[in-house]
Amino acid sequence: MIEVRHINKSFDDKQILHDISATFYDGKTNLIIGQSGSGKTVLMKSIVGLVTPEEGEILYDGRDIMKMNLRDRKMIRKEIGMLFQGSALFDSETVLGNVMFPLKMFSDMTPAEQLERAHFCIERVNLKGADDKYPSEISGGMQKRVAIARAIALNPKYLFCDEPNSGLDPKTSILIDELLSDITREYNITTIINTHDMNSVLGIGENIIFVNKGHNGWTGTKDDIFDSDNQALNDFVFATDLFQRVKQYVKSTRAK
Amino acid sequence: MIIQSSLKSFGNYCIFIGRVFTLPDRWREFFRRYVNEIVKLGIDSIPLVIVISIFIGAVCTIQMYLNTSSPLMPRYAVGLATREIILLEFSSSILCLILAGKVGSNIASEIGTMRVTEQIDALEIMGVNSANFLVLPKVMAMVTFINVLVIFSMFTSLWGGYMVCAVTGLVPVSTYVYGIQTQFISWYVWYALIKSLFFAFVVSSVASYFGYYVKGGALEVGKASTNSVVTSSIVILLLDVILTNLMLQ
Ligand SMILES: Nc1ncnc2c1ncn2[C@@H]1O[C@H](COP(=O)(O)OP(=O)(O)O)[C@@H](O)[C@H]1O
Ligand SMILES: [Mg+2]
Repeated sequence: MIEVRHINKSFDDKQILHDISATFYDGKTNLIIGQSGSGKTVLMKSIVGLVTPEEGEILYDGRDIMKMNLRDRKMIRKEIGMLFQGSALFDSETVLGNVMFPLKMFSDMTPAEQLERAHFCIERVNLKGADDKYPSEISGGMQKRVAIARAIALNPKYLFCDEPNSGLDPKTSILIDELLSDITREYNITTIINTHDMNSVLGIGENIIFVNKGHNGWTGTKDDIFDSDNQALNDFVFATDLFQRVKQYVKSTRAK
Repeated sequence: MIIQSSLKSFGNYCIFIGRVFTLPDRWREFFRRYVNEIVKLGIDSIPLVIVISIFIGAVCTIQMYLNTSSPLMPRYAVGLATREIILLEFSSSILCLILAGKVGSNIASEIGTMRVTEQIDALEIMGVNSANFLVLPKVMAMVTFINVLVIFSMFTSLWGGYMVCAVTGLVPVSTYVYGIQTQFISWYVWYALIKSLFFAFVVSSVASYFGYYVKGGALEVGKASTNSVVTSSIVILLLDVILTNLMLQ
């Protein structure tokens, strides 16, 4: 479980996050949703410690990362896997090299064990026959899978995903969402996903934190979202005509 | 204003260097990257070094011939003067300026791209000291390999001069060869080699610094690469003055 309490963050006098608090649960896909530019990435980078907030507490199962020294931070980072918006695969390494990387750097496994673990992760994300390809030679969806495999290589307790669906077609997006959701449940990971994709929200939104222009907007699950009368949330989630109709439909079927 | 911002950059650069010079997390990985960098930054620069050196050596010889064509000057002065120029300045300072362009822009754009595509964040999140991991192998590769390039350059430059004499007959080949051997001061070679160590450090570390702190996108990577070449060239020239004062007086 990760608890975030009263986070404030500014960049050069411009305040991006205003007193954000949230709780993220084990074995659940926790979503941070909000418009582009609302501060989702900054919030996520604050939680993992790539950005340092001016104020607030960030507790990893009770351990406050803001109060840690460099060594403890390094230790806790071994429990963290992260998926970046652009995948952030190492250009100079092959698919297998990318997945092996954290194992080579941080595990005490023998080379044979590392290879076995890497193959296990690559198979877990349903990616085969691409071991020797370079990131530039594979599709965006495959890159995301490799990034997921790399992120779970060291069996993380906490998994962070920054817009895992950006740049993917709807079908691939759903596959990636399902993969993340399955892995989360299988290994009881605290997974936090940034997204502005409504399919994800309605598909895997077990615990949704809505960030509205850097403020706490709303918290709930994908089922609550239809009943909310929060104006900003409705404007954001049901922005398109299609989702408006879905909402009407769901409400009408529930009323019966 | 300029002084203040330069001092600030210099301070940040020193902090950066402090992060680079720590012990690697995994030595195996360090050596693998070190060897890769030697190939990429060093061995791949050899053709460029050879081509440029041959031409500069040839041009120097012609210029020396034109400028010493007085009856009071011995003919062998052509070879001697060419040798001094090559050893004292060309094969160290000028060569490193050229490498600041080739190697420096390569390093800055590679690390800058890693920054804007979040690869550096990915390293940090895994708990890797990214500055040390990415930059130390590059700096060590440049510092250890630069003297190979310098020595290559010295030989090929002098050979360029030899070829000019052989082809055009400006001065007899034997006189040229006598010229480049006469009154030889071996300290000049050491001086060039020592200077180059500093320059190699400057080229690789300044380029890494500019790449590492890129903010934004592809455009900024390009700018960082240009800035790194300009800055390291200026620093090389400044250091050249200082080191020459220290070592040749
Ligand atoms: N390193 C930074 N320096 C200055 N401003 C930043 C930085 N990172 C993000 N911002 C600003 O913070 C705001 C929120 O950005 P971000 O968290 O990336 O939004 P989102 O991920 O929700 O689309 C944007 O206005 C952005 O310009
Ligand atoms: Mg974002």
